[in-house]
Amino acid sequence: MRRFVQLYAALDRTGSTSAKRDAIAAYLHDAPPADAAWAVYVLGGGKLRRLASVTELRQATGEASGYPDWLIEESYAHVGDLAEAIALLLPPGQPTDDAPLHVWMEHRLPGLARLDPAGRVAQLTAWWQALPADEVYLLNKLITGALRVGVSQRLVVQALALWSQLPTDLIAHRLSGEWTPDATSLAALAQPAEDDAHREHRPYPFFLASPLEAPVDSLGERGGWLAEWKWDGIRAQLMRRGGEARLWSRGEERLDGRFPEIEQAACALPAGCVLDGEILAWDADAAAPRPFTALQKRIGKLKPGAKLLAETPVRFMAYDLLELDGLDLREVPLRERRDQLAALFEGMPPTLLLSPAADTGDWETLAQLREQSRERRTEGLMLKRLDSPYRVGRKRGDWWKWKVDPYTLDAVLIYAQSGHGRRAGLFTDYTFGVWDRGHLVPVAKAYSGLDDAEIARLDAWIRAHTLERFGPVRSVEAEHVFELAYEAIQRSSRHKSGVAVRFPRILRWRTDLSIRDADRLEDLKRMAEG
Amino acid sequence: MPDLLLQPRPEGLYCPAGGFYIDPAEPVAQAVVTHAHGDHARQGNACYHVARAGLGLMRERLGEPAAIEAYDYGEPFTLGEVRVSLHPSGHMLGAAQVRMEHAGRVVVVSGDYKRESDPTCAPFEPIPCDTFVTESTFALPVYRWPPMAQVIDELLAWWDDCARRKVTAVLFCYALGKAQRLLAELAPRIERVVRLHGALLRLTELYREAGVAMPPTQPLEEQARGAALAGELVLAPPSAAGSPWMRRFPNASTAFASGWMQVRGNRRRRGYDRGFVVSDHADWNGLVRSVRDSGAGRIYVTHGDADALVRYLREQGHDALPLAALGS
Repeated sequence: MRRFVQLYAALDRTGSTSAKRDAIAAYLHDAPPADAAWAVYVLGGGKLRRLASVTELRQATGEASGYPDWLIEESYAHVGDLAEAIALLLPPGQPTDDAPLHVWMEHRLPGLARLDPAGRVAQLTAWWQALPADEVYLLNKLITGALRVGVSQRLVVQALALWSQLPTDLIAHRLSGEWTPDATSLAALAQPAEDDAHREHRPYPFFLASPLEAPVDSLGERGGWLAEWKWDGIRAQLMRRGGEARLWSRGEERLDGRFPEIEQAACALPAGCVLDGEILAWDADAAAPRPFTALQKRIGKLKPGAKLLAETPVRFMAYDLLELDGLDLREVPLRERRDQLAALFEGMPPTLLLSPAADTGDWETLAQLREQSRERRTEGLMLKRLDSPYRVGRKRGDWWKWKVDPYTLDAVLIYAQSGHGRRAGLFTDYTFGVWDRGHLVPVAKAYSGLDDAEIARLDAWIRAHTLERFGPVRSVEAEHVFELAYEAIQRSSRHKSGVAVRFPRILRWRTDLSIRDADRLEDLKRMAEG
Repeated sequence: MPDLLLQPRPEGLYCPAGGFYIDPAEPVAQAVVTHAHGDHARQGNACYHVARAGLGLMRERLGEPAAIEAYDYGEPFTLGEVRVSLHPSGHMLGAAQVRMEHAGRVVVVSGDYKRESDPTCAPFEPIPCDTFVTESTFALPVYRWPPMAQVIDELLAWWDDCARRKVTAVLFCYALGKAQRLLAELAPRIERVVRLHGALLRLTELYREAGVAMPPTQPLEEQARGAALAGELVLAPPSAAGSPWMRRFPNASTAFASGWMQVRGNRRRRGYDRGFVVSDHADWNGLVRSVRDSGAGRIYVTHGDADALVRYLREQGHDALPLAALGS
């Protein structure tokens, strides 16, 4: 694991994307393929699941360090990262273990998951004793499953492309879907383009839109653009190949079995066909989809039962046609892909929908139409250049998301907790409350939206105005009002306040407002009804 | 019953029986000052009592006209009804703990201290006492200092790497104490010249005058920039980071030498490429060990986040309180 620890340190020490890419490529070149395959997997965000619970990690830390639980907890809150806090708390060991990365990933860590809780605690303390602190840290990161070293899947793809001397989109395509981290798969990634064996199982890399910041008429002739509604569901590719239908999420996760009504309806599609679209919760005969929260009931269910299927049916709204009759259409202009998609959708079952074009008028008409986004249960509009190909990843210029302005509310800071990663040790995780019969009730948590100077100022204020501590959480004096933006508000029985605020984030610190000016819960509830 | 030796006041920690303050924040008549850092040694007091080893630094900081009485470490003197002596705290050149004896009771105020060895100053001296007032800057067990030799190895490897890549190695460190300790640690290991930011020049000279062995240093010339500085090691105060002064280095790798660099989030938030864990304060084990070494029946904790240390010491059977509790 030593070599991977050194790669991690190199990645951690530079903010430069190109330096990171080069470091990964150099590692791929030097490391044994069985280890390099796992490095690709974990750097790309892959993780082994449910290896040990946080409770077990804490218990093992207590046993190995001799520190009481509360002191481990305080240390964790201060460091903001459990994996790191443990590595810093353990007494320095006698490093004797230099097992390679693939042995950890293929044998040791899966073996950990099979032990009983006491066995896991004993195994963890034994491993920790035989590793230096930086390897303890990385081992813990692999166990807790959050490497966070500023490497995106895209950067891994670039490093693989550099190492294999192949184009990035080919690598991205080969890497998407179910990629087995072993030496054979790594060698297959680097194969010349023609001998690609498992092509039919993989989705295409998604093309992602960028937010439109410039005025819409700066895009040029309205006639050169397709406008569609921006639906609020799960982006997915529906693949119909070789007699089966598969759904892949944008996280490149197979959704097999989760949405059986879509898989069933996909039988109406011809073989060798791939659609890009959105999964939406949509009641039979309804004119518009249900809010995203309804869909959340389905996301977590691997095998939904008959009751859930009846209560929350879903549909697939197709945006784009990526493959037809086994031919990759991504280089074909959108104008033609749309025409073929429309032709394909004649006579489709109602579970499969064609995303309608929003309007054909000028930019001004379109801007007016955009005002209806919320009534139509959408987040705004998508603007796609009609003569563009289907690109890979987030490339600016051809696809824009033109979202409606968010809703806002004014709320009072009532709790604070220290952040993680870059924000460790600073109070950056805030809970906000609104008035309910003379009391402030929590309605939203937000982590972002302040600049560094504001964070530092608020952090100092929180330390000086703490009322009570509940583990890592502090309650603070009600004094500061913040304007929060959010996407939607719904009634919720799971929240104490009775409402769920979706995607809250801080717009600005309202130093001009007093806490009496904050919003009232009854108004939020009324919004949720409407 | 009020404590006759310790009384936290807005101006600073006051000793009623002796009629003096320790490291006062506001001007007072009699000030015992533990060391020359700006948050401890402030101008405007009528009379200062300091350790002789730090006299040069105090004069630099306080100005010539200040009335300064200097004492050898361990040399007793009397203020009011209190027998006072200053003892090495190992924090920096001339840094002192304050021992106060009155009516058969001994109180020691640690000031800032560390237990690691430091070529620029006398090592911390454990003093038996009845009441020990300890600092708590790094009062969590995640703070455990690595051996200095290991840190210097890492620092030299970084410098070598910068030289190979033809970039300037800019090491930020506090201008007084930390910079000179790093230089003194480097002295036996290097023959190369270290470049110094202007803020470090006079202070480093004072260390040389006090007899501390330093490597060859050179002021960073006003006009030097760009390629002329490739591969050089430059020491600068943290205030220079992100300032126009940095523009002279088109290619630089930046690092910060501080105890806070122990935690990755601290380093990443400040945006340094590298962090070297070098502290002039006691780590967690140093704090706990010093409390034990003092043999004191009562411990007061001050400076920093005292809560965790107080609770831990109490669980270990010590009678510990935050110093602030004494005032209320």
